Amino acid sequence: MKYTEEHEWLREEDGLVVVGITEHAAEQLGDVVFIELPDEGKEVSKDDEVVVIESVKAASDILAPIDGEIVEVNEALVDNPGKVNEDPLGDAWFFKMKPSDTSQMDDMMDEAGYKDFIS
Amino acid sequence: MSDLKETPLNALHHELGAKMVPFAGYEMPVQYKLGVMKEHLHCRAEAGLFDVSHMGQVIVRHPDGFEGAARAMETLVPVDILSLEDMRQRYGFFTNDEGGISDDLMLARRGDHLFVVVNAACKKDDIAHMRANLSDCEVEEITDRALLALQGPSAETVLAGLVPEAAGMRFMDIAIVESDFGELWLSRSGYTGEDGFEISVPDANARALAEALLWHDAVEPIGLGARDSLRLEAGLCLYGHDIDNTTTPVEARLTWAIQKVRRRGGEREGGFPGADRILAQIENGAERVRVGLSPEGRAPMREGTDLYADAEGGTPVGQVTSGAFGPTIGAPMSMGYVPLNLSAEGTTLFGEVRGKRQPVSVAKLPFTPANFKR
Repeated sequence: MKYTEEHEWLREEDGLVVVGITEHAAEQLGDVVFIELPDEGKEVSKDDEVVVIESVKAASDILAPIDGEIVEVNEALVDNPGKVNEDPLGDAWFFKMKPSDTSQMDDMMDEAGYKDFIS
Repeated sequence: MSDLKETPLNALHHELGAKMVPFAGYEMPVQYKLGVMKEHLHCRAEAGLFDVSHMGQVIVRHPDGFEGAARAMETLVPVDILSLEDMRQRYGFFTNDEGGISDDLMLARRGDHLFVVVNAACKKDDIAHMRANLSDCEVEEITDRALLALQGPSAETVLAGLVPEAAGMRFMDIAIVESDFGELWLSRSGYTGEDGFEISVPDANARALAEALLWHDAVEPIGLGARDSLRLEAGLCLYGHDIDNTTTPVEARLTWAIQKVRRRGGEREGGFPGADRILAQIENGAERVRVGLSPEGRAPMREGTDLYADAEGGTPVGQVTSGAFGPTIGAPMSMGYVPLNLSAEGTTLFGEVRGKRQPVSVAKLPFTPANFKR
């Protein structure tokens, strides 16, 4: 797993990159009540705003961590946004991307680096 | 946070794992370990304990006793205070010369004097306002008492276990009782739409009382986050958001708090700041009014969201003043101001969220029915 400074995690799976937010981010957000997902097939560039996530406290965005195409979104989250608080590292992934250039992930933090980052 | 004031329960909040935030000059708990959603639902199902010690507690005395204090206070609020029965309280507001609301407050008759509770952010101005305008009155700010709110269907059972007198009180009754926690000033009221009590307790005993209440399985500590969603579901105005210096009581649909005796043709008509405008609005209607708003879908429409009459084009017709997700109703909810001709229940409007207009319909308030013990 790789981690961004925006508290996203990235997991490589069958040539795709699965993206979610960390436990730390989910805790900071508080109870998530609404999620707006991007359209499948959308081409995105790193740092594009792709997901809107609203907690009881506020709205925030999730940015595309790398360039690529959104190939699948987790529709289950739309009906059950609370999953983000229950299982942020597992079932509550947001989208899967076909990366344009996986080397963009090289400089990202690993788990130990992320733990240092949030401590 | 060193310049922030602390309530007598500050250390307890930290020990309970609260997330603390600056609020109205105080360091206050916004949520505890349960989180806003579960705290909200717990309060509706059983009981929640809130620290509202940041609010202002004030005693107003007059040499002529209650009648003198009531007549003086009626020059600042459009409320009928003179006919308030002993040990009863009423909701009211201070108005300004333009008819706007400068704060909302609770006013209680306690024997020969008035006891008022005002908002934290306004208390300094309110006290200065009272001292400047209540001639002959002594305005005493109470600074050695904490204020707790116990809210929810189990509140009576829990509090009566410590203070049996609580059980006999009706909605808006007040009582002064001796207890193991010193002299308590109780009122059967709150700001969540639930049955419950506000309890003024000497600072020195505040922690012991809070712990005794929290000892019950039915009681959880609740932070400002859930307090906000609870009061919004209950259709109650938050000062500085849904009501302020620019909104009149008629626009805010708080006309019910202006008793007939203070309206045109009443025995003590007017005589409060902004009376001309407010009384004219009661007769002729206001151009804009506060309404409940139910957005379609799950996205909350938050404070500041512009409202439009149409899905495209035009200028905003109103604005959202409070918006959040309602845990009890399982849907987003908002309040805001709209023109009178667009205020009928069921009217479809459009709120602009992140550049996109989303349909929202004018809804009945409150979003959840009140559970007061009348």
